[in-house]
Amino acid sequence: MSLSLLIDIASGALLLAGCLLVVSGAVGLLRLPDFYTRTHAGSLTDAAGATLLLLGLLLQADGWQSGVRLVLIMLFLLVTSPTAAHALAQAARRDGERLPAGDDEGRR
Amino acid sequence: MSARNPLLSRHRGTALALPPLLAAFWLVMSGHYTWLLLTLGAASVCLVVWVIWRMQVVDDESLPLRVLPRLPGYLLWLIGQIMLSAVTVLRLVWSPRRKIRPGVGTVPAAGMSDLSKVIYANSITLTPGTLSVSFRNGDIEVHALRAEGVAEVADSAMPRRVEGLEKR
Repeated sequence: MSLSLLIDIASGALLLAGCLLVVSGAVGLLRLPDFYTRTHAGSLTDAAGATLLLLGLLLQADGWQSGVRLVLIMLFLLVTSPTAAHALAQAARRDGERLPAGDDEGRR
Repeated sequence: MSARNPLLSRHRGTALALPPLLAAFWLVMSGHYTWLLLTLGAASVCLVVWVIWRMQVVDDESLPLRVLPRLPGYLLWLIGQIMLSAVTVLRLVWSPRRKIRPGVGTVPAAGMSDLSKVIYANSITLTPGTLSVSFRNGDIEVHALRAEGVAEVADSAMPRRVEGLEKR
């Protein structure tokens, strides 16, 4: 009984932290200054937020089948989200979005 | 023919390993074991293998099963790193005074195998605050939200762990 309560609390905390990260990713997308820095905010949502949410759900999974599926979703997210970020960065670069050359020019 | 061409025999190994993997994936994801769905699953496995064969996308790195034994440990470590750097980015995002100085630099990866490079570059992108943009002479060009982030990646345990993935 107390163990299930403990698991509930842990999964609730993970879900809450995941939600916070997802929202922060959205806020960062709006607040950060240029394209590349905004991509970092996206990875906050994708990588960190989604992983925490899935870990929280994993604690609530009722059976190995749902667990395996959640782990697979996590694996696919871990493969696809950097691929998307990489494609975005490449596209932006080809489109002429300049990378900051050094510390001085980075403060645009 | 496979004796002459080692690449081709490796393709054959991939061809043997792929259908059971796909079938297991279908069985786990479906969870319904009726005849109709099993037949559909077998059909879709055949379709996928045929498409892969037609597209000729299988090369010697298509199915890197050798990293599998060490992959779970690496992923757990990576998730830990993701959380640590997520906290850093979280602070930057919510800080009322913006003092963001992004920077670009290269992280040495020239000595790695292609597979290690891919895993390394993707791990860098996955970690919030660092984004691998492209390769320059075999080294990874990294954009970091904080300029000092690039050097931190190169000094971290990540390259060592990525290379350790492929060891037997």
